[in-house]
Amino acid sequence: MKVPEELRYTASHEWVSTQGDGSVLVGITDFAQEALGDLVYIELPVPGKAYEAGQVIAVVESVKAASDIYAPVAGTVTAVNEALKDAPEALNQDAFAAWLFRLQPGTPAAADGLLDAQQYRAQIEAAQ
Amino acid sequence: MLKRTPLYDLHRAAGARMVDFGGWEMPLHYGSQLEEHHAVRGACGMFDVSHMRAIDVAGSQALDYLRRMLANDVGRLVPGRALYSCLLRPDGGVLDDLIAYRLAGAPAPEAPAYRLVVNAGTAQRDLEWLRQQGNDAVQLRLREDWALIAVQGPQARARIAQAQPALAAAVAGLGVFEAATVGAYFVARTGYTGEDGCEIGLPAQLAPDLWQALAAAGVPACGLGARDTLRLEAGMNLYGNDMDETVSPLVSGLAWTVDLKAPRDFIGRAALERQRLETDLPQLLGLKLLGRGVLRAHQAVRCAQGEGQVTSGGFAPTMQASIALARLPAGVQPGDPVRVDLRGRDEAALVCRPPFVRHGKVLV
Repeated sequence: MKVPEELRYTASHEWVSTQGDGSVLVGITDFAQEALGDLVYIELPVPGKAYEAGQVIAVVESVKAASDIYAPVAGTVTAVNEALKDAPEALNQDAFAAWLFRLQPGTPAAADGLLDAQQYRAQIEAAQ
Repeated sequence: MLKRTPLYDLHRAAGARMVDFGGWEMPLHYGSQLEEHHAVRGACGMFDVSHMRAIDVAGSQALDYLRRMLANDVGRLVPGRALYSCLLRPDGGVLDDLIAYRLAGAPAPEAPAYRLVVNAGTAQRDLEWLRQQGNDAVQLRLREDWALIAVQGPQARARIAQAQPALAAAVAGLGVFEAATVGAYFVARTGYTGEDGCEIGLPAQLAPDLWQALAAAGVPACGLGARDTLRLEAGMNLYGNDMDETVSPLVSGLAWTVDLKAPRDFIGRAALERQRLETDLPQLLGLKLLGRGVLRAHQAVRCAQGEGQVTSGGFAPTMQASIALARLPAGVQPGDPVRVDLRGRDEAALVCRPPFVRHGKVLV
């Protein structure tokens, strides 16, 4: 189970990558894509919209179930990965390469408060 | 502790994701259920269906007994032919759906004349019911010594012949819904995918060798995930979803499996004949979602004639769209537009008559 060291994580299996300009890229983890199975639809947020931390911001739908994706930090969506909409299977193939959307956080370094790789790994190991 | 089939170790070795299905630990997929689905439609795939149970029926009263127990009439089967039937309660509710085979060859005194293959989750209940309704002139034998392997797809029969040459003549010669016994193997040209193929019953100890021979012949292993998307596209019912003991075949798209032609007294007949007279019976039809999203069981369907419910749904990989079977009010016709409540969103769907896909071709 891949858990890249440089990323941050949420308890709901989103990964967060802080970029040079302070924005964050958000995706779902390898654990999440494996639990969901083959993905068939991805609903992405509208650029420009603002979200609270923990608010439903996207939906991924697999053959098994639909799963809500939550904003890991409060912020405004600045970009979405349109290419994923036509190729949801790319997310199954490499979850950490398949970013869903970019957020400009309301508070700088808000992502620092999220789980680190060690904490997330412990969480998923406890679940198995 | 979940039950395991004779092929369990091979599934684990192949990296299958295992799940609990009807009390059995079964492979959901071996990596991608979408790939497995496409493999079956395009070429071939194999399924471990050993969780399904074969029940042999022997004895001098076997024929009369099965004509009483089953809603379809095994009396019209010639040796070597099979049919699809429901097993009913006296009130017409469906206890299970199954395939009944009339075995070929002159039966020796204790040899079975018929074979039933029933669903995993209902097998215990079926067996108790069958035993309760039986008598001394009927012997029922659950084939716990067996495994069942389904090989499905346009290339299935060719691959079976390649993997096990002893079966080559049988698979080449069998018509659809025909079966033959070849040594220790029972080969039936039946399936649950809407493609050509066979289901093979065999002693448990022979199953790993056949599975590996099929793999060596280029047949990919496919799990329950693909099995469900294939059967849904083929418009085939799933027991427990599309029907159960609380509904009759008449409201489950299965009136065609009930044979009322002969004056045959079968369990549930009186209830069905009464129900047939009702004018507003719900009906099982297909749905195709017109937008993005996935239809799933229990979603509410709004029709001009009233409200219905999705009984089973999912994503159809061959169609690249979501489809479902749904119990809808009387009067709804294929082609009618309806609305479905998808996680709080109101989405448009089209009513269709199943099947959606047959022999690799999209029909709707």
